[in-house]
Amino acid sequence: MRSSMSWSDLMEQEEFKVLTKDINIEGYAGIDVYFYSGGYRALRKALREMTPDGIIEEVKKSNLRGLGGAGFPTGVKWTFLPKETDKAKYLAVNVDEGEPGTFKDRYLLLNSPHLFLEGIIITCFALDIHTAYIYVRGEYVKPTQFLEKAIEEAYKEGILGKNIYGKGFDLDMILYKGAGAYICGEETAMLESLEGKKGWPRLKPPFPALKGLFDCPTLVNNVETLCFIPTIINMGGEQFANMGKGTSGGTRLFSLSGHVKRPGLYELPLGIPLRTIIYEYGGGIKNDYQLKAIIPGGSSSPVLSADEVDVNMDFDSIARIGSMLGSGAVIVMDEYTCMVEALLILIRFYAHESCGQCSPCREGCGWLEKILTRIVKGEGREQDADNLLRIADNIMGNTICPLGDAAALPVKSFVTKFRHEFEYYIREKRCKIENRHPLILL
Amino acid sequence: MSEKVEFSEEAKKKLEGLLALYGRVRREQTVLPVLNLAQEEFGFISQEVEEYVARLLELPVVKIHNAVTFYTMYHKKEVGKYHLQVCRNLPCALCGCTEIIMHLCKRLGIKVGETTPDKKFTLTTVECLGACDTGPNIRINDVYHRKLTKEGVDEILDELE
Repeated sequence: MRSSMSWSDLMEQEEFKVLTKDINIEGYAGIDVYFYSGGYRALRKALREMTPDGIIEEVKKSNLRGLGGAGFPTGVKWTFLPKETDKAKYLAVNVDEGEPGTFKDRYLLLNSPHLFLEGIIITCFALDIHTAYIYVRGEYVKPTQFLEKAIEEAYKEGILGKNIYGKGFDLDMILYKGAGAYICGEETAMLESLEGKKGWPRLKPPFPALKGLFDCPTLVNNVETLCFIPTIINMGGEQFANMGKGTSGGTRLFSLSGHVKRPGLYELPLGIPLRTIIYEYGGGIKNDYQLKAIIPGGSSSPVLSADEVDVNMDFDSIARIGSMLGSGAVIVMDEYTCMVEALLILIRFYAHESCGQCSPCREGCGWLEKILTRIVKGEGREQDADNLLRIADNIMGNTICPLGDAAALPVKSFVTKFRHEFEYYIREKRCKIENRHPLILL
Repeated sequence: MSEKVEFSEEAKKKLEGLLALYGRVRREQTVLPVLNLAQEEFGFISQEVEEYVARLLELPVVKIHNAVTFYTMYHKKEVGKYHLQVCRNLPCALCGCTEIIMHLCKRLGIKVGETTPDKKFTLTTVECLGACDTGPNIRINDVYHRKLTKEGVDEILDELE
């Protein structure tokens, strides 16, 4: 469909929407309206007409990639789970959404909790899992309530519990509330937290697929990823793959925030130009100011400068220019944004959220924060731009989990692409931009 | 907290439910759910509460202490009746959260991290709340308020008893 239609035709018809096409139907979060809109059809199909292996095969064909940030092929991840084991197997769903700029999972829980449950149940059926834990970040009180209600409704309808749809398949779903820690979005930290401990990431291997929750084989998937499963069952893996681009199937939710006229959540085809997201969907830059920089995939992804706005938003295209699609969170910054102060905000966050287990990250993030703070206070030293790069290099790749890299990547990209602003701030002891936005309180 | 720390009868019933649900495989899994309950019950987690939870769960106090100090949502000291948590991360900063924070400090006469003398308001800044399309965001106790303006914040605060 891509070749025969222009982006504006596509936008008008919105034919590409699969995850959010019914989301504006009134009452869609409740089970009755969800049924009425064709909900749980995929589950019935999966249980009645398909074998577990057949489901896994469709998911593999679909080219669905994990949408928590890493983009690992979902079907492949599923096959890592051992078929024959005398241990219990678990699904642990990661709802610790916390990557700055990202709000898609929250949106899905509030608007289509049953789609989410349907995805979970099909997944568990395919992988012979009988207990699913849903780890929700503690701040998400309202989404948790919506989820609790949906789970209750599903139990009542016999969609959860014993002998689902008379097919002899049992599944229990258990909610677990986090208590405030970004690191618990990392899968092994989440598992530690789910066991009631502090969220310190584990060394891999062993991978959770073999030794996860309670030392048992565990599949960890993200909300958006699981929400795509019913669509794949309904339309077939091949068609889903064809909707996508290259090695990624389907569509993608983009969380658009920052200096745009219409921030919000947009389900869009993979490969859509970043420019289209910002200027067509987002309505352009607020106050018609000039675009300066974009963070394309959540705060951990390397920043892009305005002249890179024509990149296509799919995993491969964006990797080619040195950034990442990550969680699909696009943060837009206009010409009055001070890049030194913007970076300090991000680094203050990583320093705060470093779990403290690995010294390069624990100390490194702290040093980065100190250096950036002194620059912003007008006390920067001549070598500080290089100091930032050096420390970032020493963090990269030297930690158990990716939080260290997540802090180093923005530093390297901000300092490299906007070096003149850092040097000016250090030399003149003030920001280069007149009338800049007040971003930070020291 | 001078009086003896103990759950109410109602909380004890909830505790039983939590132990049954989360204690099936390993008892330690009950730590976060029970700490959540304890915070609901006592308002914050003092050392006495940590010890009480440890006794209830028959776990070493250090396991409880580890969790309490690791997770930001556990209060280590008393907070006001209304806990104002303003997001300070980049998307909200781009939308002007700094102005909101300064306004709140001025209106309440406190700094970030402090509680008003009448113990009505505690003001803290937090990291991303996952509602970046409608920044600046503030979370007051469990409720999100979005697209804040100075006037909007005043209205919200005026209505809080």
